[in-house]
Amino acid sequence: MAQAVTAPGAVAKRRSVKSIYPTWFYLPAGLLYVVLFALPTFASFYFAFTRWSLQDVEFTGWENFVTFFSEPQLRTGFINTFVYGFVTSGAKVVLGLALAVLLTSQLIGRGYLRSVVFFPVLVSAIGVGITFKVLMDPFDGLINESLSALGITGPAWLTDPQWALMSVALIDVWKGVGIATLIYIAGLAAIPQEYYEAAKVDGAGGWKAFRSITLPLVRPATATVILLSLIGGLRSFDLIWATTRGGPGFTSDVIASVIYKQYQAGFYGLSTAGNVVLFLVVTAIVVPISTLLNRREVER
Amino acid sequence: MRNRPREIVLGTVAILASVVVFIVPFVFIFLTAAKTPAEAAEFGFSLPTEWAIWDNLTTVLTVRNNLIVRAFVNSTVITVLSVALMVVLAAMVGYVLQRRRSRWNHVVNFFVLAGLIVPPAVVPTIWVMQGLGLFKTIPGMILIEATFGLSFCILLFRAFVSTIPKELDEAAWIDGAGPLRVFFSVVVPLLRPVMVTVVVVQAVNVFNDFTGPLYFLPGDDNATVQLTLYNFQSQTMSQWNLLFMDILLITIPPLVMYIFFNRQIVAGMTSGAVKG
Repeated sequence: MAQAVTAPGAVAKRRSVKSIYPTWFYLPAGLLYVVLFALPTFASFYFAFTRWSLQDVEFTGWENFVTFFSEPQLRTGFINTFVYGFVTSGAKVVLGLALAVLLTSQLIGRGYLRSVVFFPVLVSAIGVGITFKVLMDPFDGLINESLSALGITGPAWLTDPQWALMSVALIDVWKGVGIATLIYIAGLAAIPQEYYEAAKVDGAGGWKAFRSITLPLVRPATATVILLSLIGGLRSFDLIWATTRGGPGFTSDVIASVIYKQYQAGFYGLSTAGNVVLFLVVTAIVVPISTLLNRREVER
Repeated sequence: MRNRPREIVLGTVAILASVVVFIVPFVFIFLTAAKTPAEAAEFGFSLPTEWAIWDNLTTVLTVRNNLIVRAFVNSTVITVLSVALMVVLAAMVGYVLQRRRSRWNHVVNFFVLAGLIVPPAVVPTIWVMQGLGLFKTIPGMILIEATFGLSFCILLFRAFVSTIPKELDEAAWIDGAGPLRVFFSVVVPLLRPVMVTVVVVQAVNVFNDFTGPLYFLPGDDNATVQLTLYNFQSQTMSQWNLLFMDILLITIPPLVMYIFFNRQIVAGMTSGAVKG
């Protein structure tokens, strides 16, 4: 009885604390997330240890993982994933920052340049892949024809085992450098102009100002670029599949393409083991780098 | 005085380089799409001796019982519905997550970040979808795209909700509006700028998605535009003109999006760059 008789003010206060922001707002999104994302992720840690045909499951222990690391083509895919992730990420940081510095300086055609650098981001990976497959054709492709006009013999790009992975990485950078550039432009815009003026008064040259002002202050943008491009690069599948399908042989395979190949071949357990390996690789690289980058930022 | 020689020289060099690196590939797509099959197979960067752009267009659109037209319909349906779903659900989460400080926050934040980093487990997802009767269906694909896009949207919404004064929702609350009413008639209209960003960025992502449909929507019946390109590549290998016409066609929707929503796309892609 005593609880029922409360002052109107108290009721309003209790309502506002308890239910203006109801927890059930999490439910619809949470339901999708749990059923279609979390549940399969947890299940993968079981199915990775099985021989699996979607109907029948047979527990086989570590067999899939042993296969994964003993078959040379699967091991190549494992190593290539790191190479691809770090090469594309590094190139996007360097080129993205260079382009951003260029595109925030005074020069003609700045608006045009910004749009043109960004546009490939919006084209589908499969479209870009097919286009570059033609452009990088060893004999008739535009790239090698232009190079030979300059007296250079171009490599066989996507069809050369030595070059295939790097060629795909090159296309990836071409397609993705626009995002890195934009992130850096936003980061550069947040640096107060006074710092550069003060540095100028103190007699610092362009390079010195870049080293001591731009580089440290653009750090949040660098962190974003590194993390985004690593997450994308380590998981990368569509561009590789559109250009080389992991070939020639299996020289440009990555974990994500191994997962697809094993899935196509009907080795669902092995494919899922690949997924677990990819999960571990991505978390083992991204999580420490993310904490490292964020910690330094706080210290500053 | 504004255009000093250095700016002009630097700008000109940059423009020339950009033409070689970025414009030439797109012109190449267009030129190849306008050539006859024999000429397209030469891979040359030249004007077509015979313009076949109209022929190629009609051939591509009608090949295999209008497959591409149907694929465009499928892709549009999937894009529109999945983006609508993820925007509404993510806005609800981002709003409560920002407004309410509770012990749930850590848990929810953790799962949001996990959703951004963790690669989806492919075959187990197919297994779950088969159990629900969603595998190889358009509704299934819509739900998958919505789920995979949630985390990114939640982060953007959470950041934006913090710029809306809390007093606004509290005023509506004291006037007697329920939580749904407060959210949909007070908060959602104020979310408009970030809504546009999220919708445009995710629409381009879903429309361009290849891996998703490859795994979860195989087969010609429900093909999406990216899959037609992939299937074309394996089946009509000799007809490069048609392949490039297809590339040209499926590049137009994102291009149009970019022309109209340039600013929002840029805002979405660069969010978090300054704050880290």
